[in-house]
Amino acid sequence: MSAKFDLNDDGVVVVIGSGAGGGTLSNELAQKGINVVCLEAGGRHLPQDYQNDEWGSFGQISWLDARTTSGDWRVAKDFSGLPAWIVKAVGGSTVHWAGASLRFQEHEFKTQTVYGNVHGANLLDWPIGLSELEPYYAKAEAKMGVTRTNGIPGLPGNNNYKVFEAGAKKLGYKKVHTGNMAINSQPRDGRPGCQQVGFCFQGCKFGAKWSSAYTEIPKGEATGHLEVRPNAHVLKIEHDKSGKVTGVLYADSDGNKHLQKARIVAVAGNSIESPRLLLNSASSMFPDGLANSSGQVGRNYMRHMTASVYGVFDKPVRMWRGTTMAGIVQDESRHDPSRGFVGGFEFETLSLGLPFMAAFLNPGGWGREFTTALDSYENMAGMWLVGEDMPQETNRITLNHDVKDQYGLPAPNVHFDDHPNDIAMRNYAWKKGAEIYDAVGATRTFPTPPYPSTHNLGTNRMSAKARDGVVNKWGQTHDIPNLFVSDGSQFTTGASENPTLTIVSLAIRQADYIAREMAARTI
Amino acid sequence: METITSSKGISRRELLKRCMVVGAGLAVGTGFVAGSTATWAMETKYVAPKEMAALIQMARDIYPHNHVADQYYAAAVKGFDSEESKARIADGVAALDAAAQGRGYADYLSVPWELERVEILRGMEQSSFFQTMRGNLVTGLYNNKEVWPLFGYEGESYSKGGYINRGFDDITWV
Ligand SMILES: Cc1cc2nc3c(=O)[nH]c(=O)nc-3n(C[C@H](O)[C@H](O)[C@H](O)COP(=O)(O)OP(=O)(O)OC[C@H]3O[C@@H](n4cnc5c(N)ncnc54)[C@H](O)[C@@H]3O)c2cc1C
Ligand code: SF4
Repeated sequence: MSAKFDLNDDGVVVVIGSGAGGGTLSNELAQKGINVVCLEAGGRHLPQDYQNDEWGSFGQISWLDARTTSGDWRVAKDFSGLPAWIVKAVGGSTVHWAGASLRFQEHEFKTQTVYGNVHGANLLDWPIGLSELEPYYAKAEAKMGVTRTNGIPGLPGNNNYKVFEAGAKKLGYKKVHTGNMAINSQPRDGRPGCQQVGFCFQGCKFGAKWSSAYTEIPKGEATGHLEVRPNAHVLKIEHDKSGKVTGVLYADSDGNKHLQKARIVAVAGNSIESPRLLLNSASSMFPDGLANSSGQVGRNYMRHMTASVYGVFDKPVRMWRGTTMAGIVQDESRHDPSRGFVGGFEFETLSLGLPFMAAFLNPGGWGREFTTALDSYENMAGMWLVGEDMPQETNRITLNHDVKDQYGLPAPNVHFDDHPNDIAMRNYAWKKGAEIYDAVGATRTFPTPPYPSTHNLGTNRMSAKARDGVVNKWGQTHDIPNLFVSDGSQFTTGASENPTLTIVSLAIRQADYIAREMAARTI
Repeated sequence: METITSSKGISRRELLKRCMVVGAGLAVGTGFVAGSTATWAMETKYVAPKEMAALIQMARDIYPHNHVADQYYAAAVKGFDSEESKARIADGVAALDAAAQGRGYADYLSVPWELERVEILRGMEQSSFFQTMRGNLVTGLYNNKEVWPLFGYEGESYSKGGYINRGFDDITWV
């Protein structure tokens, strides 16, 4: 039975957001018998509501509140009001996500030490290393049912994968497989195996893909210790004279405002909304926003070095059939500065339906150069390139006081300039991606620019010292002991891997810490 | 498409009598645009039929696909036939025609080569008229489920049980 807590109950943990971070934390705490109120800005949408329709689904569950952009990234020009493609719904972006679940590598926790001084980059070592996270990676993989872990077989490769695999092997790549995916390759945890529907980005209608919406959330609710309030948009975090947080102000679906009291507040609104909420919670005691004594809230915004390559062949591929992210090449994810950049990247297959392909292949493109590409849609294969980007202090989320959201609060502005390392890596990755397709006879390849950000990281980063970041190694803010950050904004650096497995692992670990500290009455 | 009729009610010969061919494949009559062989016709309420014909041509020139018939381009721009777009469309088409006249043609629809029409469009690429047209076409044209099969795209697959037994890995040439 789902719990129901009083607004004045000041013993609860309030979790803001129900995605990878917030959904996991809520469930983990509830499993330990800790009372949790999870406030989620979006509505509750379950597999029966998901649509096998790209624009239909986009309109149904995307975060479409006012946002602005600046900087030299192409997204600011092509999608100026849509810096990021993320979800506003119970389950957060785990409704959209593709399921790639990779552990970070040892050196990726120590980039300042390993990469050295990279001009213009605000590199910092994580206050934790791989060995500290390994037991939690194992728990997260078991929870999410990641393929090629826990004896779970890999998924079968679809057409898009077969083209990709053949090309990669011809080039001599060795670590080529159908991925570590949080998608059931066989029935598990009350959910069926993947039916190769091909609309993973639009929400898995079979529930084969792990999503907080129909795993963590109902499991937490079943304990009787979790109440999820959908359509509850948090506007401000309140604090008392001692500087401890006391509750949050939120608006319900009718715009009515409520104050939910709390013993602890955990922010997990994804890396644009989380820092924005801390900044919007400024008070006379904290004029620069909550937990911002370092001035790092909102800074070091990372989005991964991303890009895509689409290849056209003389025969059909029909890449849209089956798992969207159907395989990976990992050979380039090593750190090897001889390639002209620090850090590494992954190749992962990707497909877009015709409607999204028209919008994202070359945004703004038109004429025969563009349309002859789409004429070959059936003969296209696609891959995504995802690598480590450099944290830069000037890449940041700020409050845009000229643009207000539906509650009259300043909208977030997302500023991003590519670092020269990001550009060097992208150019190299585009070239190698095209070579993969050329090796199996592509007649034309397209180096496709980054989409609006799906991986948003780093804006409340973890640091050993309070002056270098916003949270400590437990995601607890340096400034306010009962205020936590529980999403990807904690990342000190981004690594080359997709972030969600690490977000979930950190949330499981954070739940242990919060439970321990609550029991010890230190928070 | 409800308003794009296959000239039901009246014969193609009748329809052809009532209209005038204005450009490659397009004809206009009082209150409607049609294919010049009268296989389809679309009524217009606010935008002059000749202006709508220019928009259809412009849509094809922006996103030319030889295997996509005019009626789909017509469907993609049909939304501009509204009270609020009327003036903007009249101005935009007037600009297209003026550019064509500068090259010695009667109007945009009379420019015979796509290449030359594209040069005209390049000249106004930054205008809000062009940008609005192009932006709307991305969904107007490519998000039309009737257009998808022309590109081989199969759309929704959940109701058919996905592709697990329907060729997700049926490629034979790699
Ligand atoms: C198309 C797509 C594909 C992806 N594929 C992969 C992949 O294969 N592998 C991978 O690792 N990652 C992938 N990702 C990224 C992954 O989805 C995110 O990393 C992850 O979901 C982030 O978790 P989070 O908890 O930080 O935020 P989210 O999951 O986005 O959750 C944040 C939640 O907070 C809510 N919220 C925000 N502000 C407020 C507020 N003020 N009040 C109340 N609620 C609020 C939001 O509505 C949202 O539900 C993908 C993302 C997308 C969009
Ligand atoms: S391909 Fe598999 S994981 Fe993706 S939506 Fe379909 S059933 Fe779900």
